[in-house]
Amino acid sequence: MTEPTPLVLVVEDEPQMRKFVRIALESHDYRVIEAGTALEAVKQAVSYTPDAVVLDLGLPDGDGMDVTRRLREWSTVPILVISARGQEDSKVKALDGGADDYLTKPFGAAELMARLRVALRHAAASREAPTAIVQVGDEVVIDLVKRLVHVRGEEVHLTPIEYKLLTALVKHAGMVMTHRQLLEQVWGPGHAHQMQYLRVYMTQLRHKLEANPARPKFLVTEPGIGYRLKADV
Amino acid sequence: MSGTERRPDPDELLARVREEEQISARGKLTIFFGFAPGVGKTYTMLEAARGEAEDQKRDVVVGIVETHGRYDTGSLLIGLELLPRRPVEHRGIQLEELDLDAALKRRPHLLLVDELAHTNAPGSRHLKRWQDVDELLGAGIDVFTTLNVQHLETLNDVVAQITGVVVRETVPDAVFDTSSEVRVVDLPVDELLERLREGKVYVPQQAARAVDNFFRAGNLIALRELALRRTAERVDAQMRGYKAAHGIEESWHTGERVLVCVSPSPHSARLVRAARRMATSLHAELVGVYVETQASLRLSVEDRERLAQNMRLVESLGGESVVLRAEDAAVETVRYARKRNATKIVVGKPTRPRWRELFRSSFLDDIVRKSMEIDVYVISGQSGAEVTPPSPPRQKPLALAGGGAAVAVIALSTAVAWYGFGQEQLADVVMVYLLGVVIVSMRNGYVPSLLAAVLGVVAFDFFFIPPYYSFAVSDLRHIVTFAVMFLVAVVISNLTKRIRDQADSARGSERRAASLYAVSREVGLAPSRDLLLAAADRHLREVFGVRVAVLLPGSDGMLEGAFAEPGTLDEADKDKGVAEWVWLHQRSAGIGTDTLPSARALFVPLKGARGRVGVLALYPSAETRLGDADDRQLLDTFAGLIGSAVERTQLAEEARRAHLRAETEQLRNSLLSSVSHDLRTPLAVVTGATSALLDEHGPKDEHARRELLQTAHEEALRLNRLVRNLLDMTRLEAGALKVHEELQPIEEVVGAALDRMEDRLRGREVETRIPADLPLVAFDSALIEQVLINLLENATKYTPAGSPLEVVARTQEAFLEVEVNDRGPGVGPRDAERVFDKFYRAHEGEGGGVGLGLTICRGIVAAHGGRIWVEERTGGGASFRFTLPLEGKASNRVLPAPEEQESEAR
Repeated sequence: MTEPTPLVLVVEDEPQMRKFVRIALESHDYRVIEAGTALEAVKQAVSYTPDAVVLDLGLPDGDGMDVTRRLREWSTVPILVISARGQEDSKVKALDGGADDYLTKPFGAAELMARLRVALRHAAASREAPTAIVQVGDEVVIDLVKRLVHVRGEEVHLTPIEYKLLTALVKHAGMVMTHRQLLEQVWGPGHAHQMQYLRVYMTQLRHKLEANPARPKFLVTEPGIGYRLKADV
Repeated sequence: MSGTERRPDPDELLARVREEEQISARGKLTIFFGFAPGVGKTYTMLEAARGEAEDQKRDVVVGIVETHGRYDTGSLLIGLELLPRRPVEHRGIQLEELDLDAALKRRPHLLLVDELAHTNAPGSRHLKRWQDVDELLGAGIDVFTTLNVQHLETLNDVVAQITGVVVRETVPDAVFDTSSEVRVVDLPVDELLERLREGKVYVPQQAARAVDNFFRAGNLIALRELALRRTAERVDAQMRGYKAAHGIEESWHTGERVLVCVSPSPHSARLVRAARRMATSLHAELVGVYVETQASLRLSVEDRERLAQNMRLVESLGGESVVLRAEDAAVETVRYARKRNATKIVVGKPTRPRWRELFRSSFLDDIVRKSMEIDVYVISGQSGAEVTPPSPPRQKPLALAGGGAAVAVIALSTAVAWYGFGQEQLADVVMVYLLGVVIVSMRNGYVPSLLAAVLGVVAFDFFFIPPYYSFAVSDLRHIVTFAVMFLVAVVISNLTKRIRDQADSARGSERRAASLYAVSREVGLAPSRDLLLAAADRHLREVFGVRVAVLLPGSDGMLEGAFAEPGTLDEADKDKGVAEWVWLHQRSAGIGTDTLPSARALFVPLKGARGRVGVLALYPSAETRLGDADDRQLLDTFAGLIGSAVERTQLAEEARRAHLRAETEQLRNSLLSSVSHDLRTPLAVVTGATSALLDEHGPKDEHARRELLQTAHEEALRLNRLVRNLLDMTRLEAGALKVHEELQPIEEVVGAALDRMEDRLRGREVETRIPADLPLVAFDSALIEQVLINLLENATKYTPAGSPLEVVARTQEAFLEVEVNDRGPGVGPRDAERVFDKFYRAHEGEGGGVGLGLTICRGIVAAHGGRIWVEERTGGGASFRFTLPLEGKASNRVLPAPEEQESEAR
């Protein structure tokens, strides 16, 4: 009772889809407000300042990208975009434009909940002091203060770039990071297009941390979009 | 089968009906026929036209009528619609011609066109007015026209003989004979002369003297008789035609032919006309024959042109022209006459002096001797009236090189004889000189060899005959030696020349045969229309020295330039206009023809077995060879070959399209049946399961409810996969698939695909064997992920639950090869190819999809330049494999090692 349950704004023009998302969220004790158009979405966001936004990219009055951009002008609210398959380009644009994560239609309720939970936790975590030691799964432990990485109990030597890459992913644990975001965070804004560097270092990192790099447990590839550090929730 | 053979082809019937319609739709030609100017043809025509307009209420328009300022004729024009004339300027003179296009556009019932024999001003569409009239009739417009007897082609020279006036403007007899009606406008000769004296007959100023000759009572009587007789002949023929058509009487047996020997002689045209008249009066066919012998090879350019003209004359008179090749012209002519069942041979009188026949019998003699039962008619070659334009004196400059060679060779011969034999062995010396002549005649040709013969005799006399070093001859016997020596040299020159000519001719015909062979082979085998046209262009350019453009009908039926060399079809509109005329009328036009001779090119219709195909345009250049009959014939053959080849590609294209349509139709059907079945099943399950859950009398048991939900969920997921595959397939087929290739490790995509498939792979052991040192490969990660997912999905569908899977990657030559292996039932060799076909499923109905998954895989892999196939896996199971090209060094370049970066980063 002391802490109110999170308020989620669902922006979706299909009434049936909206209903499904609302029911799923409400059954997990979220409070839900709805919007059917981009304009309505911005109005609702201004009036209610929700804790998270679930945003469909295809809206009748302009795409979800606009909504993301306008929200980001004044808000850091976590945004979860929903889109159809085969729209990798627009997903990447939305993510680069400030969205936090994405879901591909059709998706299950469990998937939606998991993503939302990560996004909310991330938003909460950013307001707190960073933790010194991060545990990824059962096997990887990262000491952010001492800059040490242990895999299955053994220390693993990482190059500075590999380490920077890993910490960038750790900061967004559970959420997708686009190639561009990673490149800018690790190499700096001038290197946003040198995708192959990223891929080579990512492969090396995977080989150092994963038991079977071809079937990774934490360093997961999102084809056409970027990478995600899978964190157990 | 035999029962159906005699059934008439409906297409053919339709064509015949159309043809008949066309004939009935053709306009009627009425000719007002007179024997001389001034008999009142135009006047009578106008009167008749007024009658048509006023009594019959027909739409009558005056196309062109010359009143020559005569009041009574002019007054008849009042009230008739006059078509504006087309002004033409030619060499500063303002001329007015019939506006053919305006007439065709106006489309009256009846058009008046005076002076059928008129020659149009240069730059008009047709050379002659009768061609304009022909086109008008073809458009279904009735025409009234006027004609004088002396303008009839076959009577042309007879009239010239009678009157001494040569008439250049002629009309083919066929026009006269096929006209619907001929109305004779007759006037007693005395009255005509009276009118002439009164100045009522129009006489052009410049022809006043000729006219004086023309309008003599004797002439006029003869012309009048000629006109009446010609008309009577026509009526006679009509009568016979009527009888024949109504089966009244078979009065003459067909197949009779008159054969006329055509030659390059200027008098031959007269011969042809005479033969035509004979054939007409006998109702026989006319065949013009020319036999090419050795002698024909020596014909000059002018002679060749004249020969071609004479042959064309035969054709324009409705005869058939034939060129034969043989050693002996007379023998061949008679043989051919027999073969064609000709009963009469028309030959010209010989023009050669009698003495030449001492050595060689004349053509005429041979014909007469060999003709046996065939009648031979000999007709005078000479005709005072026939004026042949003097052929320009042929410049035959003795080639300096040839003359020089003759001098040099004879000098050399002299030296050899001098040092080799001296002044005593005269026989050997003569041989040396003759050898010299042979060398010159072989190397330098006829004239230099004659020069060498003369020089040889002179040098022989000068150096070897006493008194030496003088041209005087002491012994008369030597004169004989000179004569024999000279004669032998000339004979050698002649023989050598003949051999050379034969070789040239053989080379020429070999060249023609070779080019024909090459054309028929290349054009016939060309796989596409563009290649075919390119091949045709190359050969036409080589053989005729022309630049080529080809116009073919486009999808809208309008002619389009399908092929054009640079510099052709530039003035698109004008050239296209000519091409369209050719297309419409299926006759050649342009340079060298009677129609639109001022065009930039020669336009030839291309015909195939099923009808018109297109138009070939030949643009002449400096080295164009289209002059003689041989070339024209060759061109016709070429055009025929190209026409049927183009038609063949068009038919092939049509067949291909029809096949595609049928295939598409079949695909659509199987898609519909697949989709309707495969989409409905999961939908039915979802609907059924959810309705059971909603039903208040439905299962209350929590376990049963959960099971129903589980089923509905699974079916919904399956539905999702089906729709995804259908969409992918549509995208692939629409060509909307965009491949964003980026260099990346295959390992990532394999990982992503396995991750995506996690739920469905649960309970299976999946082994991955991907070497760490694989190079980066350029591919679209989302698409290749899809390929892997489809392959893995297939494996889960068609192999027993829990059986292990394996994903292997390795480099194989220039490719990265990826395998997805299972331990299922495998794919038999029979299905190995077909599993990748659309809608094909090796095992029906095992919870499978629409049979598109592998088709999509193949499409995606092919878009990457790779290949996908399935193999029997050793130890059982299937091994699906696909390749992606490594693409040289650029794509797997070595990236900077991390160690180098390390120092920089710290």
